[in-house]
Amino acid sequence: MKKSVSIACIMAAAFGVAAPAAAFEPNRPVEFVVTAGPGGGTDIFARTIQAIIAKYELMKTPVVVTNKGSAGGAEGFVYTAGYKGDAHKLAFGTNNAYLLPVRAKVPYKAEDLTPVAALASDEFVLWVNGKADYSTAADFVAKAKEGGLKIGGSQSKDVDQILTSMINDATGAKINYIPFKSGGEAAVQLAGEHIDANVNNPSENLGQWQAAMVKPLCVFKSVKLSSDAKVAGEKGWGDIPTCKEAGIPIDNYSMPRTVWLPGGVEPDVVQFYADVMRKVSETPEWAKYLADTSQSPVYLSGNELKSAVEVDGAAVSEVLKREGWLAN
Amino acid sequence: MENIGLLIDGFGHILSWNHILLMMVGVTLGILVGVLPGLGAPNGVSLLLPLTFSMDPISAIILLSCMYWGALFGGSTTSILFNIPGEPSSVATTFDGYPMAKAGQASRALTLAFVSAGLGALAGVVMITLLSGWVANFALKFSSPEYFAVYFLAFASFISMGAQSPFKTLVSMMLGFALASIGMDTISGNLRLTFDIPELIKGVSFLIAVMGLFGIGELLLTTEEGLRFEGIKARVKLAEIGRTLVEIPRYWLTIARSTIIGIWMGITPAGPTAASFMSYGVARRSARDKSMFGKGDPRGVVAPETADHSAGTSALLPMLALGVPGSATAAVMMGGLMIWGLTPGPMLFTDRPDFVWGLIASMYLGNVVAVFLVIATVPLYASILRVPFSIIGPIIVAVIFSGAYQVANSVSDIFLVIGFGLIGYVFKKLDYPLAPLVLAMVLGDKAEDAFRQSMLMSGGSLDIFWSNALVAGLMTLGLALLLSPLAFWLIGTLRKRRHDAAPHGDGNAAA
Repeated sequence: MKKSVSIACIMAAAFGVAAPAAAFEPNRPVEFVVTAGPGGGTDIFARTIQAIIAKYELMKTPVVVTNKGSAGGAEGFVYTAGYKGDAHKLAFGTNNAYLLPVRAKVPYKAEDLTPVAALASDEFVLWVNGKADYSTAADFVAKAKEGGLKIGGSQSKDVDQILTSMINDATGAKINYIPFKSGGEAAVQLAGEHIDANVNNPSENLGQWQAAMVKPLCVFKSVKLSSDAKVAGEKGWGDIPTCKEAGIPIDNYSMPRTVWLPGGVEPDVVQFYADVMRKVSETPEWAKYLADTSQSPVYLSGNELKSAVEVDGAAVSEVLKREGWLAN
Repeated sequence: MENIGLLIDGFGHILSWNHILLMMVGVTLGILVGVLPGLGAPNGVSLLLPLTFSMDPISAIILLSCMYWGALFGGSTTSILFNIPGEPSSVATTFDGYPMAKAGQASRALTLAFVSAGLGALAGVVMITLLSGWVANFALKFSSPEYFAVYFLAFASFISMGAQSPFKTLVSMMLGFALASIGMDTISGNLRLTFDIPELIKGVSFLIAVMGLFGIGELLLTTEEGLRFEGIKARVKLAEIGRTLVEIPRYWLTIARSTIIGIWMGITPAGPTAASFMSYGVARRSARDKSMFGKGDPRGVVAPETADHSAGTSALLPMLALGVPGSATAAVMMGGLMIWGLTPGPMLFTDRPDFVWGLIASMYLGNVVAVFLVIATVPLYASILRVPFSIIGPIIVAVIFSGAYQVANSVSDIFLVIGFGLIGYVFKKLDYPLAPLVLAMVLGDKAEDAFRQSMLMSGGSLDIFWSNALVAGLMTLGLALLLSPLAFWLIGTLRKRRHDAAPHGDGNAAA
């Protein structure tokens, strides 16, 4: 609590606004803008938070969830950014909030949104078909250097394609990327042996893994995943080697799940929602959601979040620049 | 059979008053969201989803899936009565359903639609019961080239059957393709045709186009023709429902064919919308007497409805067995599964047979409940048509506008609806067909994605469309359908010429 108060002070100072005496409370229904279609990862993220807020009565006014997922989520961010100064609109997304304006000519800028909190971090795993010959990432890379291998993923110039580009750059592989509409489609294409690999999040391929239709080679994380439950026969998330030790020198690559307000809101508004999200992240329901979807617990807000956004944004922009995908 | 035993266990799990009540609640709510254009099944199910978090998974899935059935039925109702499809997949029902209602046969059209829809759904569930393991693996054979071939087949089965000039069909279809490409392109990740207008980045929803083209366009025509529905004097008789039920067996061939198309499109998974269009196209092509199609042919109602529902039901199989949602609604339900702590995928059948077979059993019961509920309300719906146009007309406009707003909570969509209404009016006046435009809007971007993914996979070679028996068969069938009218025309012309030439020759001989 003390920490968040000090963050509030820093932020108030940074914005040059004295915190008003009365703390902010929403006085009408709050709209949760999901920047993805119904049923997707971001949708479940927002709706789980909605359910937890309702259960513990963390807000006095009701929450309305709307899906605005067109154009890779840009629809929802443009919509939210359009309500400048409105304290009753929250956008839910991933790092697409600040990556979209860099890679496509979308009608909003990252500065048009105020970061509130990051609540989870979704991991990336290199998956191949269950019947594939290679048993380690090094085998896969050796094959990939000969060319002709295909990685399928969700969307174009988004997290999956950026990671593919990073793999090519780090190992000298020549992997082609095929964009699909969602990670789910990429999962099925891999199970049907139409593509050679995908870099799906753990929850997107879990079902196929359990049926031995796909198998994980490595996780793009500096340490192994912490869950030691055996989810697929003898194997569990904790048994997947890190990509660095398995032969792909990429240290850490993950996707934060983020919450945003429109630009131009008062610091106490940001503080209020950051507190609500922190309380959400401390509930057992949230822990269960993270475990069910195999995501890592992370809670960031205030300046920590801002610098994390900057670091991630800069790292990814570098890849975008190398590939010539910058929009401006 | 092992599956039958499991199914009986499933019935054991769901047969309780509590569950039956949930089914009725789900179906009723579903009919409501289906009737309101723009709300639709995916939105309705997502609205209901938070309520299910505290339920046990079996009750939750019963509620959600029954809402889905209800929405599918409700969507057909407005298509037939007001020419406004409540669901994308019931657009094809408007082509003949609305003319039937206008001609005073609203009850007949509604009963036909509901019963054939129920039959289609039941066929889908039977298929799931008997073939679950085999079919699930078949769906894995589908990749981008196969998808493109299926969409190509849908276009081909449609393009040549139009009553209007093929060039008008082509113009309409191309406009649809252009509209479908507005927004973000999946393959390149860039925005197209948005002209820096923020409202356009989400693309033009096909529902908006349909509400304008059909709903508003039709209202404008009706107003011009004298402010009344022609079906206004039709009396609603309960006997008509009974008579229509007796009539159903006559359409067995249409129903059988549409069921197969529906199941095929549901499991592949091209979805119910493509299925209903394709089934309508095929029914029209194979009919001996095509003259009544588009003017109120009962087969034009039976075919899309059967296919729509068998596809909607079959679409749940890939979701359960593979974790691939076959429709937008299935995608929402899959999200629900994960929240309830279940992992959709191949292991669900072995890990939670009580859940899977409970759901399948609830599909049988839920659809029967749905058919009874909707048929019981036919007289109620049909009597709406007897309300004077001066009252019902403005109500329809209000419903369309609120529906248009609900699609994406966007005010600009209301103006788009008006724009599409004008286009619809002009198209009708100039005798341009609307259906190809709608079809192209629905499947256009999917077909484009599939084609470009295939090109990325093959490195730019078209051979990929003939690379295995499945895709080659689909493509060849599509090409044959596309070229058959040309072939018929050629044969017809040749025969005519010979016919012309023959008497001529005789004349010469006589002289």
